[in-house]
Amino acid sequence: MAEGELKLLGLWYSPFVLRVRMMLEQKGLSYEYLEQDLSNKRELLLKHNPIYKKVPVLIHGDRVICESLVILEYIDENWSGTGPCVLPADPYERAVSRFWAVYIDDKLLTSIIGILKAVTEEEKAENIVDIHAALEMLEESFKKCSAGKSFFGGDYIGFLDVTLGSYLVGIRAAERISESKLLDETMVPLLVDWENRFLAADCAKKTLPSVERVEEQARMIRGTRWKVASAN
Amino acid sequence: MATSNGPVLLSFWVSPVSQRVRIALAEKGVKYEYKEEDLFNKSELLLKSNPVHKKVPVLIHNGKMICESLVIMEYIDEVWPGKVKILPSDPYQRAQARFWADFSNKVCECGHRLWQKSGEEQEAAKKDMIEKLKLIETELGDKKYFSGDVFGFIDIALVPFTSWFYTYETCANFSIEEVTPKIVAWAKRCLQRESVAKSLSEPGKVYEFVCFLKKRFGFE
Repeated sequence: MAEGELKLLGLWYSPFVLRVRMMLEQKGLSYEYLEQDLSNKRELLLKHNPIYKKVPVLIHGDRVICESLVILEYIDENWSGTGPCVLPADPYERAVSRFWAVYIDDKLLTSIIGILKAVTEEEKAENIVDIHAALEMLEESFKKCSAGKSFFGGDYIGFLDVTLGSYLVGIRAAERISESKLLDETMVPLLVDWENRFLAADCAKKTLPSVERVEEQARMIRGTRWKVASAN
Repeated sequence: MATSNGPVLLSFWVSPVSQRVRIALAEKGVKYEYKEEDLFNKSELLLKSNPVHKKVPVLIHNGKMICESLVIMEYIDEVWPGKVKILPSDPYQRAQARFWADFSNKVCECGHRLWQKSGEEQEAAKKDMIEKLKLIETELGDKKYFSGDVFGFIDIALVPFTSWFYTYETCANFSIEEVTPKIVAWAKRCLQRESVAKSLSEPGKVYEFVCFLKKRFGFE
């Protein structure tokens, strides 16, 4: 196991950063968190992630790891003896977790941003349909992955839990801003139950920002960067 | 019909992401049944095996379906450990391999835009492609393969797109060899491996296929 201090370059509301923070917390790993200003990218970020210039970036001694899912797997492999497992042990179950993580990132971020950026009701409705469809897929995925237990990872929060969990606050903030129901207990009851358990867990409680704070940030970005008229 | 435990690969002859899996299986010496899919008339088996995306490749093994080419490659490495390793054992080197394999997916996205678009959009895609290839070339440096002397994950993830270079160059009027000669040299080295030579499509056939798609779907 490699030695060295852990540092994480992040952004407080980024789902990609939040999932890494939750996993580090879950594993009981201490690290120095360095909040980045993405409008004024500092030398450290540009030096360590010259390809994408994005967060999260995990710095472990003299090692630099970028891309959130790659970081989660690194945490799993480098600290395999510490705390609960990140990924399941079985190769097929690992493949299933990896598949759904890619799916979550492909579908959810685009839809949430689509809802927030929507100028017309039609655009908003289209993105709502998309996110509902994705969450229904994930409801099915939860049934299979959890096999009756509390989390996607089984008894413990794992790879897929933190990946989806990192979007929860953003989804609830988008609901308030768009005055719509996205994570709807009548459509995805298992996921809503899972959400309650997830949010009650230490790693989520200690890491996730409040919905109010994310809502305020999203409204600010809509108004200034995206210039969406604030009728609502 | 597949042997009881033998894997089945649902594939499409020219699909670079399917070729990744073919190379990985060949490198590991795994015998499998190859099923060619008609992507314009998808089989029941494909629709059932990958209901989420309805795409190839899909690896069917022991009654289970594994989808997404890089996910399948990791599965293959784990289920058939043996002497040949696709991913290194060190966690940090594995992280680097995953990062660059994921980056090669961005090359694929650029490539689509490059042959599907025209005018300014195509120029933008070309610029993007050149930038990405240069970053990849810097990562390769003077090494034989991306991880050094051992052919592995990043090589397998990227090499299928090299048979699309002729198509990209012809559609957007540029030379990849001029821009990133080390990548072209690396591609030639990879083609000397049987696993790669038997899996990749001939560049001329890729171009013919793209011309067919352009006509059929009305891309300019």
